Amino acid sequence: MPEATLKVFRSKGDTNTFETYKVPIEDGMVILDAIHYIQQHYAPDLAVRWNCKAAKCGSCSAEVNGKPSLMCKTRMDDFTTGEEITVEPLRTFPLVKDLVTDVSWNYQVNKKIPPFTTNDNGEWVIYQEDIERVQEFRKCIECFLCQDVCHVLRDHDRKDAFMGPRFLVRTAGLDMHPKDTLNRSKYVKEQGGIGLCNITKCCSEVCPEEIHITDNAIIPMKERVVDQFYDPVTMFLNKIFNNKKKLV
Amino acid sequence: MSENQNYETHECDVLVIGAGGAGLRAAIEASAQGVSVALVCKSLLGKAHTVMAEGGIAAALANVDAEDNWKTHFRDTMLGGKMLNNWRMAQLHAQEAPLRVKELEHWGAVFDRTKDGKILQRAFGGHTYKRLCHVGDRTGLEMIRTLQDRGIHQGIDVYMECTITKLLKDGDRISGAFGYYREDGRYVLFQAKAVILATGGVGKSFSVTSNSWEYTGDGQALAYEAGADLIDMEFVQFHPTGMVWPPGVRGLLVTEGVRGEGGILRNTNGERFMFKYIPEANKKDFAETDEEAARWVEAAVNGQKTDARRPPELSTRDNVARSIYTEVKEGRGSEHGGVYLDISYQDPERVKKKLPSMYHQFKDLADVDITAQPMEVGPTMHYIMGGIRVDADTQASRVPGLFAAGECSGGMHGANRLGGNSLSDLLVFGQLAGAGAANYAKSLSSTPSVSNEQIKSAIDDLEEPFKADKNVNPFDLHKELNQIMSTYVGIFREEEDLRTGLEKLNQLKEKIKHASSSPNKIYNPGWHLCRDLQHMMISSEAITRGALNRKESRGAHSRLDYPATDPEYGKCNTSIFQQGDEMKVEMTPCPEMPCELKELFEKKH
Ligand SMILES: Cc1cc2nc3c(=O)[nH]c(=O)nc-3n(C[C@H](O)[C@H](O)[C@H](O)COP(=O)(O)OP(=O)(O)OC[C@H]3O[C@@H](n4cnc5c(N)ncnc54)[C@H](O)[C@@H]3O)c2cc1C
Ligand code: SF4
Ligand code: SF4
Ligand code: FES
Repeated sequence: MPEATLKVFRSKGDTNTFETYKVPIEDGMVILDAIHYIQQHYAPDLAVRWNCKAAKCGSCSAEVNGKPSLMCKTRMDDFTTGEEITVEPLRTFPLVKDLVTDVSWNYQVNKKIPPFTTNDNGEWVIYQEDIERVQEFRKCIECFLCQDVCHVLRDHDRKDAFMGPRFLVRTAGLDMHPKDTLNRSKYVKEQGGIGLCNITKCCSEVCPEEIHITDNAIIPMKERVVDQFYDPVTMFLNKIFNNKKKLV
Repeated sequence: MSENQNYETHECDVLVIGAGGAGLRAAIEASAQGVSVALVCKSLLGKAHTVMAEGGIAAALANVDAEDNWKTHFRDTMLGGKMLNNWRMAQLHAQEAPLRVKELEHWGAVFDRTKDGKILQRAFGGHTYKRLCHVGDRTGLEMIRTLQDRGIHQGIDVYMECTITKLLKDGDRISGAFGYYREDGRYVLFQAKAVILATGGVGKSFSVTSNSWEYTGDGQALAYEAGADLIDMEFVQFHPTGMVWPPGVRGLLVTEGVRGEGGILRNTNGERFMFKYIPEANKKDFAETDEEAARWVEAAVNGQKTDARRPPELSTRDNVARSIYTEVKEGRGSEHGGVYLDISYQDPERVKKKLPSMYHQFKDLADVDITAQPMEVGPTMHYIMGGIRVDADTQASRVPGLFAAGECSGGMHGANRLGGNSLSDLLVFGQLAGAGAANYAKSLSSTPSVSNEQIKSAIDDLEEPFKADKNVNPFDLHKELNQIMSTYVGIFREEEDLRTGLEKLNQLKEKIKHASSSPNKIYNPGWHLCRDLQHMMISSEAITRGALNRKESRGAHSRLDYPATDPEYGKCNTSIFQQGDEMKVEMTPCPEMPCELKELFEKKH
């Protein structure tokens, strides 16, 4: 059976090292399978998060050969035979152990976003074409790969000032919901730090759900922030955000 | 929070263990009733099994088929469960599911829509009408995210990556729970007036399963050890369509939505075999020819009415799973030991739109383009119908202060669950459990006290694997358990196998006492597994004993040595409980259905 060589980031007490493991390759194997193989055969204490094994839960995020990826979706045969494959934890968040990082900051950011709010308690009539974009945003599996790759968080560590692409997507999804009654543009400007995003689109590139984070969420929101604070309202934005009511 | 030498302590009125659909809905309700609520889960918030649910949530909204109503939903559920269901749960479920779905919509869930702007519903096996509200094939994600975002704004305290290993009692009553944080192995005590178990299923006992590492039957085991009884544990659902290839994804679910949207099952000879497996009694409800089935699909796709009957692939899960198993066993299987499921005859764009995650799952993991090729599928262990016995209206177990909801509870689904009836179950009974537990907590005049002795025993239990004389790798033990359950307690069962299985489980129980781990408490999956194995053993044994005891075939429980359904067994639930150190099995009478509901089964429909 052919073998793969994996270099896996391991925490040993206070020091961190890469350990090299040999793993037999099966058809269709993914990186997470290899990590599980290592866990079962060599290192029962190897820390890794996973749940669905089907790119649905966003638990198994890591950096594979430097690229932020879901381990359950990254095929071993994407790499050439004999190539060493490095697996590391997400770099933007504090390390817990091995491949596990402390992502609690994301949950704190989410909690601060003004929640879904509506005043319509009747039977809702909503047309499919009016929710296509909201549904695109709601595909998010909270893998936080976009948060990991965004330079504002990764290189400049502006977690104090910037909510990151995941939560801009989330806020856009709320604001564009046809029955939501809040306007969160002041919020994304002042608390969310949307101005810190300079549209490099790195986030969209890594999103496993292929959400057009920048084009469909961030840019329209940026434009609306501009309108709201510096310009009369344009027709187009009015339409996708469906003439929003209460500014929060 | 107070600091103790060994563990941290939190106090609350209601502790909810599990943050899937059931736990979240329960926590939201309890909190809305004005009691303090803590919510714990083993994974991060939003990653529970519920997130993986694909096909939809069943509720008789009658948006697509105007004839639908709760009575038909109730009837379908009971018939699907082979009348073993707790009728009151099935009734509450059918009546309240529409309210709960609309409530979820009003909390921000964005369902797919009909042309006239209502929530769209699709067909599923065993449901007379198009009844499953859905969001493409990621309904569970929509549901969990909506509940999660509702929950965090209600003042619920959430403790993530925290595993409960023991329930604590003050005399007969519940007084709290004890566990550890996965992150650093720190111990934690929750002092609570009431506990709601919402821990999900038991799939990790089987080798081929659609379930994740979390499904180690913790709730069932915790309740059992605390004195509750488990019912109907022998009823384990094998979903007919799991992936069979490549090896790493064997068991991964292929949603029933594929068949709901018109997917056709064929064996390696190209035969559409489901026609021959429809039970005589149900033949009148199913298409008899390809042509008729095609007309039904055509109408469904276009949202039109038709007199054509549904395709045979939409038979109930137990039947389809057995049929596929039989086809493979008799040598008509596909290359990798499954059968073919084909939706590629439809417009590729529509397939991608209706089944996006299936499209990606097959493309990314199996190099199969489902818009152009058939999928290879076979049965996979998916769900457990049995579970903690609860009162239908309050979800209270027989232990005062202990409640249960969702997959870990039993009764609602009888001998076989219909697709889509789980997500609705979570909302309906999550809500009732939240209310039930809150009322109970409010009724207590004093807070039950926790016993240091019980805490000490919980800690000792956790630290066993660190002892020097332990020497067995828990992953090897887990594999052994999987082999036992899959070999002896699978889709088809018989006396001798079950007895062998039980014996092997007993031997394994001894070995598990030697499970060992490095004494590193920081995020150490090997250590966690040592403890999980003990829980898995309890539900595995309960499943096997229940299966041995029920000498008939009914729903998901198929005995080769007792192939017929026996009306006498139909009057009883299997009850399993602890007596001393032993697991006891007793048959208890099913609650009697009132006359007005019985009539629903007598009238010609
Ligand atoms: C792939 C897949 C697809 C499915 N599709 C559908 C569908 O389309 N329609 C449908 O109706 N049903 C579907 N089901 C079934 C349904 O999703 C599950 O039955 C349901 O989600 C279970 O919900 P729950 O709230 O009971 O438990 P879960 O959502 O599994 O949550 C269990 C929670 O308990 C926690 N927990 C467990 N043990 C402990 C412990 N010891 N300490 C602390 N926390 C603990 C876990 O961390 C988790 O948070 C599907 C299931 C699968 C696997
Ligand atoms: S586009 Fe904006 S949010 Fe996305 S990675 Fe670049 S700076 Fe970050
Ligand atoms: S937006 Fe995409 S990359 Fe970011 S968390 Fe969601 S799914 Fe992951
Ligand atoms: S394990 Fe769920 S996304 Fe990888």
